[in-house]
Amino acid sequence: MPQELLAPDLTTWPEENAQLIGSRCDDCGAATWPRQSACPRCSRSSMADRLFPRRGTLVAWTTQGFVPGPPYLGAGKPDTFEPFAVGLVQLGDEIRVEARLTESDPAKLRFGMDVELVFVPFFTNAEGTEILVWAFQPA
Amino acid sequence: MNDVAIIGVGLHPFGRFPTSAVDMAADAIQAAVTDAGLDWKDIQFGFGGSHEVSNISVVTSRVGLTGIPFTNVANACATAASAVQQTAVGISSGQYDIGIAIGADKHPRGAFTADPAEMGLGAWYGENGQFLTTKFFGMKINRYIHEHNISQQTLAKVAAKNYRNGALNPNAFRRTAIPEDEILNSEMLNYPLTKYMFCAPDEGAAAVIMCRGDLASRYTQKPVYVRAVEIRTRRYGAYEVHATYSAVDEDVAPTVYASKAAYEAAGIGPEDVDVIQMQDTDAGAEVIHMAENGFCADGEQEKLVADGATEIGGSMPVNTDGGLIANGEPIGASGLRQLHELVRQLRGEAGERQVPGNPRVGFAQVYGAPGVAAATILST
Repeated sequence: MPQELLAPDLTTWPEENAQLIGSRCDDCGAATWPRQSACPRCSRSSMADRLFPRRGTLVAWTTQGFVPGPPYLGAGKPDTFEPFAVGLVQLGDEIRVEARLTESDPAKLRFGMDVELVFVPFFTNAEGTEILVWAFQPA
Repeated sequence: MNDVAIIGVGLHPFGRFPTSAVDMAADAIQAAVTDAGLDWKDIQFGFGGSHEVSNISVVTSRVGLTGIPFTNVANACATAASAVQQTAVGISSGQYDIGIAIGADKHPRGAFTADPAEMGLGAWYGENGQFLTTKFFGMKINRYIHEHNISQQTLAKVAAKNYRNGALNPNAFRRTAIPEDEILNSEMLNYPLTKYMFCAPDEGAAAVIMCRGDLASRYTQKPVYVRAVEIRTRRYGAYEVHATYSAVDEDVAPTVYASKAAYEAAGIGPEDVDVIQMQDTDAGAEVIHMAENGFCADGEQEKLVADGATEIGGSMPVNTDGGLIANGEPIGASGLRQLHELVRQLRGEAGERQVPGNPRVGFAQVYGAPGVAAATILST
């Protein structure tokens, strides 16, 4: 089955050991994800692309217990929806990114736990292409 | 700089109605005008906001096409406070003598949804299921209770308090007290927040009429003065609603900056406040905002709530009319409902919800996407 990533510009997938692509300010060192052209800390336009570390620690998290409204592309009906978790993950000492987690059981999530970037199936589109999404799984 | 006095307040009940947002706004305006004892033609200018109605200024077609300057304001959950600020500035600067701030909304049922592109976010953020405000509040309180030893019982207590206060408020949406156990056992939406810990988007309208301080005695025996309205947006380093990332070096939320600026402008501190309205988007937000607005240190909420400090009869009454949890949140009107309740309290007109001891200072705070907060201080 052919595969695509939900948002191809955000990571280096399908490279092996793909990383998130953000930006970092050459002047003040502030990082963003996704990438953007001007710095949100010093306002200058010296942002360069930055590949962030694949491993990180879980700073904050919650579960998503109800079906998100449009434009959510996952299983959309309340009876087929499976709750997922979302976390704020610190990658190295560079940045914290908000992303889905592969573990959705609150009993198995711990603040500060090590997590690593993976790419997992999200849904299959009308053309039969499997759409993947980036996520963090317990490491 | 002139003093700014509130001389009239009006509210259309909050909930779900067959009435349009514009007609609800008209009702709120009529109530405020009656409360102030003047006529619409006496209003010299206005500011107003609505999320669902593109130009709430159309309400003038219902209350009087007098040609006044009216500007529509959009600032998410800080819309009403922004309308209040601009109206107050129009008077304090000497440009006008009498003005009105209004807000009205009529949201569809269910969590707020929109196109992420409308907020400068990639489509993926919504396609992925991250474009939700409730998720942010779940994450924030989950981390907070972990770091500061707040129990889930405290979240239930806060929600229960607001439902109880709503039962005392004829204008509230949810007017039935819900026991703490039922709150805790309701459906888990965004851990640790259960369904009954959340407010719901709904419908309503409110209006506040202000005038130059030295003219207030023409209209009321009990003017309530606007001492400060401060708006702040998020700083780099603060993780706020609809953020795809945040910095490793944390900064505090815009509420902290807004409230500090408001205290400074008013020349008072949190210890001087007698009655409080805070953004209880969910019970966790009320707990966190107790600290962010300077009313306690992080972690003290556990004992304060257990001791009843935030009840109507407590040392720091919070959301005496039931807050967002009991009233719901029509974005454009919510901050004005807060001021309506504070004015009733400071005038001694709050009936069953009256805070005892002749309260003199009121504080109101709102917070919303993408990280905007407003703090308002009123006093007699």
